[in-house]
Amino acid sequence: MLTFILKRILLAIPTLIAVSLLVFMIARLAPSGPVEIILGEKATKENVARLNKEYGLDKPIVVQYLNYIWGIAAHGDFGKSFSRGEQPVSEMIRQDFPVTAQLAISAFILAFFIGIPIGILAALYHNSWFDRLCMAGVVALVSVPSFVIGPLMVVYIAVRLRWLPVSGWDSPAYTILPTIALGSRSAAILARFMRSSLLDVLKQDYIRTALAKGLTKGRTIWRHALKNSFLPVLTILGTSFGGLLTGSFVVETIFQVPGIGYESINSISKRDYPVIQGMALLVAIIFILANLGVDILYGVVDPRVRSQEAQ
Amino acid sequence: MGLHTGQLDAVPPKFEEPAISQPSTSPGRDAIIRLRKNPVAMICLIYILSLILIAIFAPLLTHYDYDYQDSSRYASLPAPPDHFHRLGTDNLGQDVLSRLIYGARVSLGVSVVVVIIEVFIGVTLGLIAGFRSGMTDLVLMRVTDVMFAFPDLLLAILLAAVIRSGSQALPPVTSILTLFVALGIVGWPGMTRLVRGQALALREKEYIEAARATGVREKNILFRHLLPNLLSPIIVQVTQDLAGYILAESTLSFLGLGVQPPFPSWGQMISNALEYKDSQPQLIFFPSLLLALTVMAFNFFGDALRDALDPRMRK
Repeated sequence: MLTFILKRILLAIPTLIAVSLLVFMIARLAPSGPVEIILGEKATKENVARLNKEYGLDKPIVVQYLNYIWGIAAHGDFGKSFSRGEQPVSEMIRQDFPVTAQLAISAFILAFFIGIPIGILAALYHNSWFDRLCMAGVVALVSVPSFVIGPLMVVYIAVRLRWLPVSGWDSPAYTILPTIALGSRSAAILARFMRSSLLDVLKQDYIRTALAKGLTKGRTIWRHALKNSFLPVLTILGTSFGGLLTGSFVVETIFQVPGIGYESINSISKRDYPVIQGMALLVAIIFILANLGVDILYGVVDPRVRSQEAQ
Repeated sequence: MGLHTGQLDAVPPKFEEPAISQPSTSPGRDAIIRLRKNPVAMICLIYILSLILIAIFAPLLTHYDYDYQDSSRYASLPAPPDHFHRLGTDNLGQDVLSRLIYGARVSLGVSVVVVIIEVFIGVTLGLIAGFRSGMTDLVLMRVTDVMFAFPDLLLAILLAAVIRSGSQALPPVTSILTLFVALGIVGWPGMTRLVRGQALALREKEYIEAARATGVREKNILFRHLLPNLLSPIIVQVTQDLAGYILAESTLSFLGLGVQPPFPSWGQMISNALEYKDSQPQLIFFPSLLLALTVMAFNFFGDALRDALDPRMRK
C-alpha cells in the first residue's frame, strides 16, 4: 500500500514540473515584457535596465524559472504584482483563495449530493419516465453554461423576486446563487456518469448470482452494485473539482465574488503577469493534487488497481 | 441465457460464413437509417442545419449590419423592441437581432475552424503514435499527459490573455485568430489519445497484418485501411467537441478574452447585457437561449450519432 502511494506521488512530480514550466513559458510569450508595461513606452534605457535587474529579468530564462520555482517551494513567494503597488502575489492568494475554495467546495458538495442520488435513481428506474426526465434535464444542464444560468437567476430571483442578493460576498445568503451557478453543470455530469456506471454493474453476472441466491433487491444493490459502480465515478471527481475551480473564474466575474478567478480576470486586463501566472499555477497544482488524491484513493478502495500496479 | 445481441456481435463465428439475416447494407447506411428513426436527433439536426444556413445567409436575413449604430434614435442606453428593431437595440444602438444572427456566424465559424485544427493535428499525431509506438509514442503521450494535467479552460484563458496582451491595440480580427490558436492548442490532445487508442487496437487486426504482408506501403495502410475504420469514433468526437468549442468561445468572449467588438458573439452580448439586467433583461435572455439551444442540439445529436454508429448499443 505504502509503495503504491509513494509511487503515485513520485509520478506526479514530473507532471508538476512540466505544468509549472508550461505556465512560466506561456507568461513569457507575451508580446510586451513586464518592464515596458510598468514604465510605459517612453521609458529611458537606464530605467528599463534598472527594473530588469530588480525583477531578475536580465538573467537567462532557465535561471529565472529556477528562481521562480525556488521562491515558491522554499518560501511561498509567487513574485510581486505590477499593478497593485508591488503587493506580493502570495498575499493576494492568501486573501482571495479561501473565497474561491469555499465557493468550489460548496459547489462540489451540491453537485455530489444532487448528482449522485439522481444518477442512482435514474439507473434503478431505467427507462421509466423519471429516468427519461432526468436524462433530458442532464443534457440540458450540461449544455447551459454558468454565465447563462447565473445572470438568469440574478434577473429572476435576485432582481425581480428580491429573495437573494444580486452580487458580492458578505453573508451566507450571498453564496447561494454562485454555488448553484457553478455546481449545476457538475451535478448533471456526475448524474450521467453515475447512472451509466450503475447500469453497467447491474448487467454483471455477480448481481444475477446475488439475486439468484435469494438476496433481496435492496440488499443486492446496497452491498454489491453501489460499491462497484461508484469506482469509475471516483475517477472523475478530481477532474470535476478542477473544473469547478476554473469555472469559478466565470462565476466570480458574474457575481463579483472576490476570489482568485475575479482577481485573475481583472489582472488580465491590467496585464499583471505575476498575478496571472501565480494564480494559474496555483489552480493547476491543486488540479494535479486533486487528481493525485483521487488516484491514491482509487488504489486504496480497489485492491485490483494496486495488484495491477505491482505486476 | 446470455443470448444478448451485443454479445453475439462481439464474438462473430470464426470459420463459418456469417449468417445474413437482412439485406446487406453498408455500416454507414445502416447508421443513417437508425439515426432517422430517432425524432430527437432529427429535430436537433434540423436546428443545426437551419443555424448553419442562417449563419451563411446572415446579410440577406438582417435589416442592419452587425456594427450599424442607430445613433439618431438611441443614446448610450439599450432600447426595448419596437417596429424597427424587433428585438430592440443594445447600449451602442446596434440591432440585437442582427447581432444574434451574425453571432451564429462567429460561434459556428470559430468552432468549425478549431475542430478542423483539432482533427488535423490530433488524427495525424494519434495515427503516428498508435501505429509507430516506441519513442514517438512515449513522447507524444507524455505531452498529452501534461496537457490533460491542466484544466483546459484555464489553459485557454491563459493563452488568450497572453496572445492578446501586446501594448498596441490590435485590430478586432486578431481576437478571432487568437481564439483559433488558444482553443486549437487546448483541443488536440483529446483527439490524439482517442485516435491512438483506436489505432493501437486496430493495428493488431488480421487485415492490417495481411496488408503489411502483401507489401502495401505504410502510408497506404494508414490512410486506406486504418483511417476509414477510425471514422465513426472521430465523427462522434467531432460533434461533441463542436458543442464544447461553442461553449469555450462564448465563455472566453464573456470574460472579454474572446471575440472583440464590433464583431458580435453570444457570450460577449450576455456579458454586455449584465449592466442592464434590471431594465432590459431581454438583452440577456435571447443570446442565452440561442447559446443553450445550440449547445444542446450538438450534444443531443452527438449522443444519438454515437448510438447509431455503434451497433452494440442497439436494443
